[in-house]
Amino acid sequence: MKYAYYPGCSLSGTGLEYNISTQAVAPLLGIELCELPDWSCCGASSAHLQDHTLALALPARNAALGEEQGLSLAIPCAACLSRSKAAEHAVKTSEDMRAQIESLIDRPYQATYPVKSILEIFIDAGLDTLKENIIKPLTGLKVASYYGCLQARPTDFMDVDDPENPQTIDTIVAALGAEPVSWSHKTECCGNSHPIAYPEVGGPLVNRILEQAEKSGADCIVCACPMCLGNLDMRQKALGKKRGRPFNLPVFYFTQLMGLALNLRPKKLGLKKHFISPIPLLSKKDLLKRIKIKKVKNKPADTPVPASESTETPTPNPDNKKGGPA
Amino acid sequence: MNTVNITSTLAEAQRIRQDLKTKYDADVGKCYQCGKCSAGCPVAFAMDTPPHKVIQLAKLGLYDEMMECHSTWLCATCHTCSARCPREVHPSRIMEGLRIEARNQGSVKVRPLDIFHTKFMKLVGKRGRVYEMALMLGYNLSVGRPLKDAGFAPKMILNKKLSLFPHTTSKARKEVRKIHERYNRMSNTPHPDQTSGGDTP
Ligand code: SF4
Ligand code: SF4
Repeated sequence: MKYAYYPGCSLSGTGLEYNISTQAVAPLLGIELCELPDWSCCGASSAHLQDHTLALALPARNAALGEEQGLSLAIPCAACLSRSKAAEHAVKTSEDMRAQIESLIDRPYQATYPVKSILEIFIDAGLDTLKENIIKPLTGLKVASYYGCLQARPTDFMDVDDPENPQTIDTIVAALGAEPVSWSHKTECCGNSHPIAYPEVGGPLVNRILEQAEKSGADCIVCACPMCLGNLDMRQKALGKKRGRPFNLPVFYFTQLMGLALNLRPKKLGLKKHFISPIPLLSKKDLLKRIKIKKVKNKPADTPVPASESTETPTPNPDNKKGGPA
Repeated sequence: MNTVNITSTLAEAQRIRQDLKTKYDADVGKCYQCGKCSAGCPVAFAMDTPPHKVIQLAKLGLYDEMMECHSTWLCATCHTCSARCPREVHPSRIMEGLRIEARNQGSVKVRPLDIFHTKFMKLVGKRGRVYEMALMLGYNLSVGRPLKDAGFAPKMILNKKLSLFPHTTSKARKEVRKIHERYNRMSNTPHPDQTSGGDTP
């Protein structure tokens, strides 16, 4: 399946590891991502606080570019996704708004090709396909799936399974062989840009989420949004200091965990780019080493393969020469 | 308690209620003040007027009170209130609409937040894409805390997570500038921040 890949601004900067891990994992599951040429900023969490119509026109431009190519947008960032879905919803429900948007972007936009989150795309590709490709199950890793606001709400255009207790990330986590924990703060707000722009209010919001994840017994948090990850990862050290007891909860993008289970090199997944390093946790759980896979016709008996069906699986990674963590 | 001149504020209040209906499909008239929106609001602890009271202000037509409250500025747009409201009042949309109205009236109640979002939009208008280094620098200088979060920078630059150079394409930049130009012509009230140029590095 082919998509117009819309990385959005964060994924070239603070969300770099989401970008590289998404692009590394997608082809292994038969998903083709072609970056949308000349994409522009969706206005993120700022435009809609300044003008309703402009905030719909900015993401509509990108979806219209995708439409010209006959492709749906594939969007990793939850904020970009939310704004793009808002534009799609507006165009579908109001002729008047569609006309305004089209005249602002100076392009036709009919919302013919639904914008999709990368999460939805991976789920649509089939959990069975994912399971078949797993070489290194993430056994023993307890994961708190964090959806934040924008994967779960607004409910009128985010078709989410359950806005109070969504399961999509959890099903992926479980398919990878890890253990999703049940916890209370899956969809609580991390404060959006407040932790940067107004830490007096943003700090306590991040703190609550970290404390609840800790209480749930999770080893780590997994999310699908660069803003959520930025808040939970970057602020953790300072918040730990403030409460007098450090937090130690590495925060992953779900695509990084997928990549680990698919036996990709940590370097290809950006695992060393986090503020709270996940490396000690992953070595403790023995999840960092790459599994060496020899061709089946050689000596299959010597091949240290964890799951029986994996023996037949050719390594999905083209640069599987060296082995071991990068 | 202040005295309220109901007649003078009523016309304004009716206009904004109509605006909320047309733009946001949100009708404050449906609210029955159950308070569920405030109960689940993650930012209520910091608000001067909890969300259900903001809705009540809009219902009663107390325009000045709506424009003066800090809550619409502190709202993190998490949409929890809208997801849970039993009357489909969509409080989050109302908070957003009232904040935009207050901003257009020059009634900015939480300055750092407004500066952040204004800087962000200025960068979008100028480059078509946001370049985080410029955003953070511009924001820090404006709020007079030049070194805020600066401790994160070295590691981020090392990890290529904070690019030292902007990334965009000329087509993206040109087309987004055009969108802003058309928008300014259409709305006839250009925000100072939506003109290209500006003081962002
Ligand atoms: S939850 Fe809905 S009905 Fe209840 S007070 Fe809030 S806006 Fe009104
Ligand atoms: S959208 Fe705003 S008002 Fe509603 S719950 Fe979230 S922070 Fe509170």
